[in-house]
Amino acid sequence: MAEFLQFAFSGLTVGAIYALVALGFALIYNASHVINFAQGEFVTIGGMATVALIAGGGGLPLLLAIPTAVMITALVGLALEKLAIEPAVRRPGGTSVVTLIIITIGASILIRGVIQVTLGKDFHRLPAFSGEVPLDILGARLQPQGLWVLGVTLLVVAVLWWFFGYQRFGKAMLATSHNRLAAQLVGIDTRLILLASFGLSAALGGLAGILTAPITLTKYDVGIMLGLKGFAAAILGGLGSGPGAIVGGIALGLAEALAAGYISSAYKDAVAFIIILAVLFVRPSGLLGGRTTERV
Amino acid sequence: MNKRNFLRAAAVLAALGVVGMAEAQAQQTPIKIGSFLAVTGPASFLGDPEAKTLRLYVDTVNRAGGVNGRQLQAVIYDSAGDARQAVTFVRRLIEEDKVDIIVGGSTTGETMAVVPLAEEAQIPFISLGGANVIVEPVKKWVFKMPHSDRMAVEKIYEDMKKHGKTKAAILGGSGGFDQSCRKEAKDLAAKYGITVVADETYAPTDTDMTVQLTKIKNTPGVEAIVGCGFGAPTAITARNYRQLGMQNIQFYFNHGVGSQQFIDGAGGGAEGMRVPVAALLVADQLAANDPQKKVAEDYTRAYRAAYNNEPVSTFGGHMYDGFMIAIEAMKRAGGTDKAKVRDEIEKTKGFVGADGIYNMSPTDHMGLSLDSFKMVEIRNNTWKLLY
Amino acid sequence: MRRFLDARTGGLLVLTLIVALLPLLLPNKFYYDVAIKTLLNALVCVGLNLLIGYAGQISLGHAGFFALGGYASAILTAKYQWNGFAAMAVGMVGVGLLAFIVARPILKLRGHYLAMATLGLGIIISIVLNREIPLTGGPDGMSVPALRLGEWRLTGTTIWYWISGGTLLVAVWLALNLIDSGVGRALRALHGSEVAAETAGIDTTRYKVLIFVVSAVFASLAGSLFAHAERFITPTEAGFLRSIEFVTMVVLGGMASTYGAVVGATILTVLPQLLTKLHDYEHIAFGAVLIGVMIFMPKGLVPTLKDRFRHLAGGRPR
Repeated sequence: MAEFLQFAFSGLTVGAIYALVALGFALIYNASHVINFAQGEFVTIGGMATVALIAGGGGLPLLLAIPTAVMITALVGLALEKLAIEPAVRRPGGTSVVTLIIITIGASILIRGVIQVTLGKDFHRLPAFSGEVPLDILGARLQPQGLWVLGVTLLVVAVLWWFFGYQRFGKAMLATSHNRLAAQLVGIDTRLILLASFGLSAALGGLAGILTAPITLTKYDVGIMLGLKGFAAAILGGLGSGPGAIVGGIALGLAEALAAGYISSAYKDAVAFIIILAVLFVRPSGLLGGRTTERV
Repeated sequence: MNKRNFLRAAAVLAALGVVGMAEAQAQQTPIKIGSFLAVTGPASFLGDPEAKTLRLYVDTVNRAGGVNGRQLQAVIYDSAGDARQAVTFVRRLIEEDKVDIIVGGSTTGETMAVVPLAEEAQIPFISLGGANVIVEPVKKWVFKMPHSDRMAVEKIYEDMKKHGKTKAAILGGSGGFDQSCRKEAKDLAAKYGITVVADETYAPTDTDMTVQLTKIKNTPGVEAIVGCGFGAPTAITARNYRQLGMQNIQFYFNHGVGSQQFIDGAGGGAEGMRVPVAALLVADQLAANDPQKKVAEDYTRAYRAAYNNEPVSTFGGHMYDGFMIAIEAMKRAGGTDKAKVRDEIEKTKGFVGADGIYNMSPTDHMGLSLDSFKMVEIRNNTWKLLY
Repeated sequence: MRRFLDARTGGLLVLTLIVALLPLLLPNKFYYDVAIKTLLNALVCVGLNLLIGYAGQISLGHAGFFALGGYASAILTAKYQWNGFAAMAVGMVGVGLLAFIVARPILKLRGHYLAMATLGLGIIISIVLNREIPLTGGPDGMSVPALRLGEWRLTGTTIWYWISGGTLLVAVWLALNLIDSGVGRALRALHGSEVAAETAGIDTTRYKVLIFVVSAVFASLAGSLFAHAERFITPTEAGFLRSIEFVTMVVLGGMASTYGAVVGATILTVLPQLLTKLHDYEHIAFGAVLIGVMIFMPKGLVPTLKDRFRHLAGGRPR
């Protein structure tokens, strides 16, 4: 029992991290149908910027460094949209989804390059928010930082739910994701929506990077795998679905931990992708993805 | 050169004396030292200090007048630890840059991929990769610097035996460095009367090792854990190890964790862990009569002065040794004739480097012995020399 | 001139001339090595372009097929002493079969599902190659014996330049024929509007699966040739980033343009060699180039330049 619980705790902690990254994918996908391969780099920026603000020149306290780092990440997200995505989308004749994917890949390489040159290639650790002493629950140990990740993830979900359900701007974003043309016709500024989705998604990614840095450590290339796993979680939950991203992330984390615990740790990483293949065969729209019809 | 120019040159030379000499020397073609290193990518913790060390010492040697009166020039390519890129870059070093010697190859994988090229081109190649397979069997043109994985495991098993521990669990990553250590740990166990009772793996990008450690914790009879790995996962492992309250099981890491980054990243979790490392990390604790003390201290001072007080790692030390052995061989060979330089590298005897004392021979292209490895324990967030 | 460039055989002739005359400009083995890598990457891209440019699907796992081909050759020749050509053929058949099994159920669906499935498949292949150390040598990779034609050992960069170049030319010829055949016309209809194509009685799934299998087999062949040319292979070849690289080459060169795929492969193979002088700034420059081309030439290099050329020549755009 204690063993199972320990695996479950590990899975939940890691799963919550995946879920936060997956949410970022879902937001941008909804607004633009772009799969943003630079999402993982937002996570890196969040973590690395906080480390740099605390340790480097500024010497800011953690409480001040966190919002600053989230803001920096959001600015990078806005800049990415303004400087790279928008010029491509606004070209006469529009642009294809593949082109946008390549642009985000280019951005991810560029961002990694910049971090590597400015902040170095070493890995860094942030202190845990409320100490390192683990909680003992029925013989299993839980890192307090894991609770922070889970808690903030839930909070984010609640805020997003409120934002999309009850806020004018949120509703406009949702409308755009369903039908861009119709949204434009009723007077929604879809360009602003796209910009906002990148800013919001980047802020989320940055937040994820900060929350997880005490657990995962942070490094200029930490975003590659987290981005990939977050993407997998987003697919698993149904691309574009917010609750799906959360469920997908947690399910992925749990599946990995249990597979590593009871089957083989050597093939743990394959588990996520085997599940994805299986889901695509059986239920291609993901766990919570709605059935979509394609417009002709 | 016509007569008037010659006279003028002679006059200038006479006037400027030594300065003129130095200028004439500088006009000779430089000696080219080629290198391909994993400066970026997952093995950047190896390649980055290696590249910095090479640049630092090429400058240092050049300021002191170069080698055999010729200046040195380093040609460094970033292979990102990828064998495919390494192959291309080594072809480039040999064919395009026409380097005189190659010192590089941060990982075993990229080294093995380019060994045939070096052999075919008959160019001396000093690798910085870890595994024994690089020099076993001996390849005519290939040498290697650092302690091998096998030596690290031997040192760990000796320490276990000394403390009467016979049941080991292996925990390591799935990367090449880790797998090579894992293989040695399994192969050597019987020789030291040790049984491997658990073997757990994590991916290099994993962010939580609790599951693997829990399995080891619940395996009956484990007396020691042999950790095979490097980089961020090792620091996470150390943190999880403490969080799970497993300090009653002695944890050994191999030499991949030999940098201050590991201790800092572990956030106190590395306390009490034992690691076989090169003397470089504990330079200040070496006995005053230890022949390595001066080399290690000088290197540490020079590196920290050049790079913003960055702590030294053992990996930069590998490059220091490789570079020094290369230029010593060139000095003895009186030039850069590849065959002569190769012969002289093979004749390296009693060279005191950062990693230990090298005694090469036609049958041993590494030249280090087990006693140049030091066993250290991490205490109060720093390395404490045990023996 | 315009007719000449547009004509299928004309383009192939130009490409043949380039491949034939290029060695005159290659001063040493390093350049040959880069040329071989370019040709083999182009071979993968010509196949992948059929899928992306004509069937409108993305694969994020083609590096997996490339590596499977390479390892089939490596393992069967090194560990089981097979004939190299037999190993190559077995690799191609095996990869084709795998592609068929994966694609059949998934390609019935629309959208990015194939991208996701291939992403997963590629990563699984990469993990297996990394873990099955006794067979594959693990992350450190394995040596590959030379390819033998009877008693003749095919080694050396010059020979491999001609083998790779010849194979690419045949592949381009095959691809051009496929595009011009009934399959190609069906595919173009499909790219326009899938539903419309279906209404017209075209079994879209069948054609998509066919193209996917063909592109996977091209990748496998390229992988086998790569393994023998380099005489060494590591699991990095199966990595996610390699898959992305292939897609990028196709898109950069120009989707739905076979020659574009070749141009894209050339640029992305040669560019990193040019950027090494920038050292730490290499990645920044590479990322910026990628973004810049996509913003200013969203159709890719070859179609964009072709349009400009037509414009300058006073022709009307198609």
